[in-house]
Amino acid sequence: MSAYKIIDHEYDVLVVGAGGAGLRAAVGLSESGLKTACISKVFPTRSHTSAAQGGISAALGNAGEDDWRWHMYDTVKGSDWLGDQDSIEYLCKEAPRAVIELERYGVPFSRTDDGKIYQRAFGGMTKNYGDSPVQRTCAAADRTGHAILHTLYGQALKHNTKFFIEYFALDLIMKDGECKGVIAWNLNDGTIHRFRSHITIIATGGYGKVYYSATAAHTCTGDGNGMVLRAGLPLQDMEFVQFHPTGLYGIGCLISEAVRGEGGYLLNSKGERFMEKYAPNAKDLASRDVVSRSIAIEINEGRGIGEHKDHVNLHISHIDKKIIEARLPGISESVETFVGRDVTKEPIPVVPTVHYNMGGIPTNYKTEVLTSNGKDKIIPGLMAIGEAACVSVHGANRLGSNSLIDLVVFGRSAAQRAIELVKPRTLHEKISSNETDKCLDRFDRLRKGNGQNQTSELRLSMQKTMQSKCAVFRTEKTLKEGVDEIKKPYEGMESISVKDKSLIFNTDLMETLEFDNLIRQAITTLESAYSRKESRGAHAREDFPKRDDIHFMKHTLSWHNNKEVKIDYRPVTLSTMSNDVQSFPPKERVY
Amino acid sequence: MVQFNLPENSKVLKGSYFKDKTGSESIKKVNIYRWNPDKNENPKIDTFEVDLTKCGNKVLDILNKIKNEIDPSLTYRRSCAHGVCGSCAMNVDGVNTLSCMKSHKDINGDINIYPLPHLKVIKDLVADLSTLYRQYESIEPWLKTKEKKSQTVEINQTKKNRKKLDGLYECIMCACCSTSCPSYWWNGEKYLGPAVLLQAYRWIVDSRDEERKERLKMVGDKLKLYRCHTIMNCTNSCPKGLNPAKAISSLKKMLATN
Repeated sequence: MSAYKIIDHEYDVLVVGAGGAGLRAAVGLSESGLKTACISKVFPTRSHTSAAQGGISAALGNAGEDDWRWHMYDTVKGSDWLGDQDSIEYLCKEAPRAVIELERYGVPFSRTDDGKIYQRAFGGMTKNYGDSPVQRTCAAADRTGHAILHTLYGQALKHNTKFFIEYFALDLIMKDGECKGVIAWNLNDGTIHRFRSHITIIATGGYGKVYYSATAAHTCTGDGNGMVLRAGLPLQDMEFVQFHPTGLYGIGCLISEAVRGEGGYLLNSKGERFMEKYAPNAKDLASRDVVSRSIAIEINEGRGIGEHKDHVNLHISHIDKKIIEARLPGISESVETFVGRDVTKEPIPVVPTVHYNMGGIPTNYKTEVLTSNGKDKIIPGLMAIGEAACVSVHGANRLGSNSLIDLVVFGRSAAQRAIELVKPRTLHEKISSNETDKCLDRFDRLRKGNGQNQTSELRLSMQKTMQSKCAVFRTEKTLKEGVDEIKKPYEGMESISVKDKSLIFNTDLMETLEFDNLIRQAITTLESAYSRKESRGAHAREDFPKRDDIHFMKHTLSWHNNKEVKIDYRPVTLSTMSNDVQSFPPKERVY
Repeated sequence: MVQFNLPENSKVLKGSYFKDKTGSESIKKVNIYRWNPDKNENPKIDTFEVDLTKCGNKVLDILNKIKNEIDPSLTYRRSCAHGVCGSCAMNVDGVNTLSCMKSHKDINGDINIYPLPHLKVIKDLVADLSTLYRQYESIEPWLKTKEKKSQTVEINQTKKNRKKLDGLYECIMCACCSTSCPSYWWNGEKYLGPAVLLQAYRWIVDSRDEERKERLKMVGDKLKLYRCHTIMNCTNSCPKGLNPAKAISSLKKMLATN
């Protein structure tokens, strides 16, 4: 090789992905004077952070007393004790500062009567360690992610971050177990680029598109996770896939938890507020895994709504029109556009829909990527943040509005750690062409694919398998079938067909490369789920309905080496980072 | 009289015809602009017969169906599919819009799909927005405060002042408005256009920002701002229901009265 001409770049730090986490990291890095590049396959404001609606959690106490320790307790409980308590302490303690920082960057938060940042109630967020709901979720109407993403992009421009837009990252450059940068493909002119960097920060988001129906964008293909697997490193806790209780029925569009936070509630076909039965205290504001399971049970037991009795209704028509207009304008617009209903008069048809990946690239709270051979080992030169990472602050189930705060707290943490580790303008060591060729071989092989299988067919087959075999409720049988079935689309890649052979904006090839990333994550998700014989958070096994702390209070690690998946485990961190708070020991999780 | 003609290599020719293979009774003809930068050929219009019985309601669903089932080389940008990311802006049925929000049931007869007008085409429906992005950078879209107030509390903003940002901060930069503006077509390098002026106004009316005067001075230029001739195409085309024309007229008013 290589028939491809390679354009070289050298940076102190490279950020891959320009959503909320990637941009926050890039802002901190550029501000510090490190030579920073940020590459993204889409223009930054197109990133999926823009779709986050309800808000960002932080114990500001603008709407009644609050304490970051209460936030920490809720997050630990929400995680079903799979979250690492040192990282969760860091997240919740840093959260108020991070939200104030966003406000000072210019985020147009909604306001309280006295001009402070508006906060609303959200699922699982309580005061005094579980007593009663608290208003902790800071919001810009129901467009909080959009507002934050655009503001962070502005900050990155202010600090002159060097952007490489519509560059698709192909693979990590690894040498002796260290990350030395990334190979990327410029869609706009078809050129191949080698970015050498002392630290590479992966901020490529989740992989919702392994499922058929998801709130995730077409571009949520977990490209960073795919690169990590190909580099021979593990992903963590992949079995934990969050189903959002309220995806718009038949469309998949997200209907924010803010709707329930503002007083909306769910009804089944008998007109019952069924959440009272499953979560007597928190009711419709129980955590997402609980509400999604409750809806699934209602539907399975025949109390669903509609011709096929396959969804439930979310009511907000009892709420004052003015409040809906001020606080939920985006939801009103989406429901009108996609199902033609007026939310001030009619209910919203909803169904649990794949929404978030708690799993991802294992890191410590400094965002350094870890692997394990019985003992944790840091991978020099590699960091991960945002939905791509598994710090793990969300454990087995993420609380609503904890993802946006995760992005900015750990985006900043990554920048700070990189500043500690890298001396500006340090020289780069030589990289042999071997490392580059390996990834261009894969690129070239897929590009020249002249086989029988179209990427869209393989992708559909993967998505249908995940949707039916790895859903809200799982059993040994469905998971085993899934593990077997998912091999087909993976093996189908041997004979893949890519019709478009060009290099400029070849989305046929890009979707094939994305599929190559997705399918590896689908496989590790199924294998991890099959191996976890207990129910915890979003992973609900009908054949093992109880949480099993003795055998499974541990993180799953999964490696994917061509056809083999290796599963191993590493312990959950129960100890806190400081003496400011005591560890929360496991107990039964009721809402 | 002077006659203007397109250069020979810009003339749009008739392309391929993809006949329905499903035998469906519910067929829609979809005409799509195609241009491949690798081939030294004129742009062309391909026609696809699409079976609507197994297709979502939006124009993006049709494009996805064509890409997945008929021609994988069809090229367009798409991401969220819910009208929030702004990727899939294009010209559908003669109007700039987001294909993920535009229902194809509203369109009588054939559906005609073109890239956003008056931009350099990169491939098929993908147009080059880099000029607009540079213009966006030029208005310095970040909050500017002069004094170093304590960084540990938020800047207070009354509900009334916050309300001034409604109808502005929601802009998703899809460029439907700017590329529907004849004035932007002719002077796109110098006139900032409705999308960017809306953003400029968003920062000018933010009560927290302390450089309103400098910002106004920066946009108050005969080319950057006053090339707006109140044609109103921008407001008519905004898929998010925003009103850039009103923001521009407010800017003009502020400059006139300041």
